[in-house]
Amino acid sequence: MLRCDNILVRQDGFELQADLVLEAGRKAAVIGPSGAGKSTLLLAIAGYIPLARGRIIWRGQDITLSAPGNRPIAMLFQDNNLFPHLSVEQNVGLGLRPDMRLTADDRKRVTSALERVGLAGQSQKRPGGLSGGQQSRAALARVLLQDRPLLLLDEPFSALGPALRADMLDLVSDLVAETGASLMMVTHAPEDARRIADDLIFVADGKAHPTVPAAEALKTPSPALQEYLG
Amino acid sequence: MADRLVPIGSAGGRAAAVLVAAVILSALLAVGLRADLLSGLGPGEWAAVRFTLAQAALSAVLSVGLAIPVARALARRQFYGRGVLITLLGAPFILPVIVAVLGLLAVFGRAGWINGALTAFGLPEVSIYGMHGVVLAHVFFNLPLSARLLLQGWQAIPAERFRLAAQLDLPPRAVWRVLEWPLLVRVVPGALALVFVICLTSFAVALTLGGGPRATTIELAIYQAFRFDFDLGKAALLSLVQLGLAGGAALIAFLVIPQIRFGTGLGRLQQRWDGIGTLQRLADTVWITAASFFLLGPLSAVVASGLSGLGKVPFSVWLAAWTSLWMALLSIFVLLVLALPMAGWIASRTRGGGEAVGLLGLSASPLMIGTGWFILLNPVVNPTDVALIVTAVVNALIALPFALRVLVPPVRDTLEQFSRLGAALNLRGWGFWRWVILPRVRPQIGFAAGLTGALSVGDLGVIALFADPDRATLPLQMYRLMGAYRMEAAAGAALVLLTLALGLFWLCDRGGRWHAEV
Repeated sequence: MLRCDNILVRQDGFELQADLVLEAGRKAAVIGPSGAGKSTLLLAIAGYIPLARGRIIWRGQDITLSAPGNRPIAMLFQDNNLFPHLSVEQNVGLGLRPDMRLTADDRKRVTSALERVGLAGQSQKRPGGLSGGQQSRAALARVLLQDRPLLLLDEPFSALGPALRADMLDLVSDLVAETGASLMMVTHAPEDARRIADDLIFVADGKAHPTVPAAEALKTPSPALQEYLG
Repeated sequence: MADRLVPIGSAGGRAAAVLVAAVILSALLAVGLRADLLSGLGPGEWAAVRFTLAQAALSAVLSVGLAIPVARALARRQFYGRGVLITLLGAPFILPVIVAVLGLLAVFGRAGWINGALTAFGLPEVSIYGMHGVVLAHVFFNLPLSARLLLQGWQAIPAERFRLAAQLDLPPRAVWRVLEWPLLVRVVPGALALVFVICLTSFAVALTLGGGPRATTIELAIYQAFRFDFDLGKAALLSLVQLGLAGGAALIAFLVIPQIRFGTGLGRLQQRWDGIGTLQRLADTVWITAASFFLLGPLSAVVASGLSGLGKVPFSVWLAAWTSLWMALLSIFVLLVLALPMAGWIASRTRGGGEAVGLLGLSASPLMIGTGWFILLNPVVNPTDVALIVTAVVNALIALPFALRVLVPPVRDTLEQFSRLGAALNLRGWGFWRWVILPRVRPQIGFAAGLTGALSVGDLGVIALFADPDRATLPLQMYRLMGAYRMEAAAGAALVLLTLALGLFWLCDRGGRWHAEV
């Protein structure tokens, strides 16, 4: 279980408050107007932006001051998720070993992760030689190997077309179901939320509202959410 | 960005910076303690100060002034060989000074092409020695450098502006005022400052073409006080004067010196609609032709006389070539060990200022550092025994500011782009260097290494202070052959040296870009 205990993030005159909980194994969509602070919320949870106040608790442990790589979190950003000068295999291998000393066994795991996301046979290519969808798949293969209990997605698929994005969301949904991880994903599209999310976190006016069940919230939205959904 | 997100440590960079500062400052301290402050500067030394300033100012004004029409012509003309010519403009920067001097002598010297033509027409000869010879050589080196800097500026003018100018049918004078003049105001001060600083610490040119009471630079005066009078007090005093002069100028200059970019991209031709008048075409043709001859004449003279002199090269030249080669490799090694951690440290700082340490290398003259370390080492070891190592280290220090200028921007870009991903994957320290920075910055590393190698292999500076008859680098050996009037052997040695310098640069630069993907 992830708890944002009354946190406040301050960055360049912008403020975001959050006091919310994400139960284990749940998939939450983070929605809200542009500039409301959705990315900021994820970056703060992942440890990229220091908190001005409050604590972040993971399974009862305070991780507020942990370095990003030491948190139980795997995250995909909007871009720059792969190193363009390394091969797909090396990029994915980094999820297992940051020092890149891959054993024969590690290599097998990399290969099967690539197979799992439908990239068998592409392991020696560089990211530049892959399509946008394939690049997302490669990044997801690495997430699979990182095997962290919480996955944060900051719109990594926003550059893809609708059909491809739906494919990716299904793949994400399958992956977290396999690993039992919790998921928080930023999205602009309510249909994405409907597609895979159990919960909804609405961010507006510098505040992340408490987690609510997605189906219910979308059926009978609060006034603010109604205004956003239009 | 929060500090803890920077995936590389700063300890190595700080240590390297402290080391660089220590090497230079301890030389300064040694010089300062030894300087004969009471005697002050005699009339000869004052003459050297005046000459140094005068020739540097004149060289800067002439180099940049002549580079303006050349760069302008290159920016707006398309012709066969344009790309090659622009690449060749970069060559003098890595050309060994002594080789260029030999080439200039072949064209402008007593028995050179120009004087041959003059006497054929019954005109009086011109002499290449003295002030105008020194300035001529400096212009030979710095006109192409200035032209490249200006060409960069020209190409930074967006194509849309020229399109707009064509749309409005602006006459040449208006194009000049609206587009080109604002550009020059931005670029010219930096170019002037850069050339001025380079010429202030000129040694090899003054050694070969200057000399005497009327054409001695401070750097040459240090050498003479050291080598001929063995007056360490005077050499140290002159070193302090040199440091004050060059350091002050370098400090001011570095604030205005433009980003030095040597790489490709300058070959691109902008589409232009102006400058189509007959007179303009003619003027551009004349400038390009004249610049090509000025650049290629001495170079081809070196190659031609070198080929015929190659058979008369004594064995000592090959020995010296071997010495120069491993000394250059040592320089490259020292440079990389210092520059890479420093570049990482500087690039991860949000505030500037770290480059100031590299700047010390530019402001402290090689002969000042050499004199200082001679004084420090003399009681402990025989300085000539460590001549090559000291020379290699000093050459690395001289190349350091240029290397940092080349390395810091791409390292900074890499950190900005990939620090977050690195942190997410726990990729830090050596791992981040090994897998992210080094592969991404490899082209620039190769370039910096090549630059250092070429500068080091062609250097005739500190080695002249320390060397004894048994130990010589190739430039020094060549200088000795010239001094003994063995011109054919010197020409052969010049070709060997030229090949070595350009070859080292080419190998490193090519190696860096080999299969590099960005």
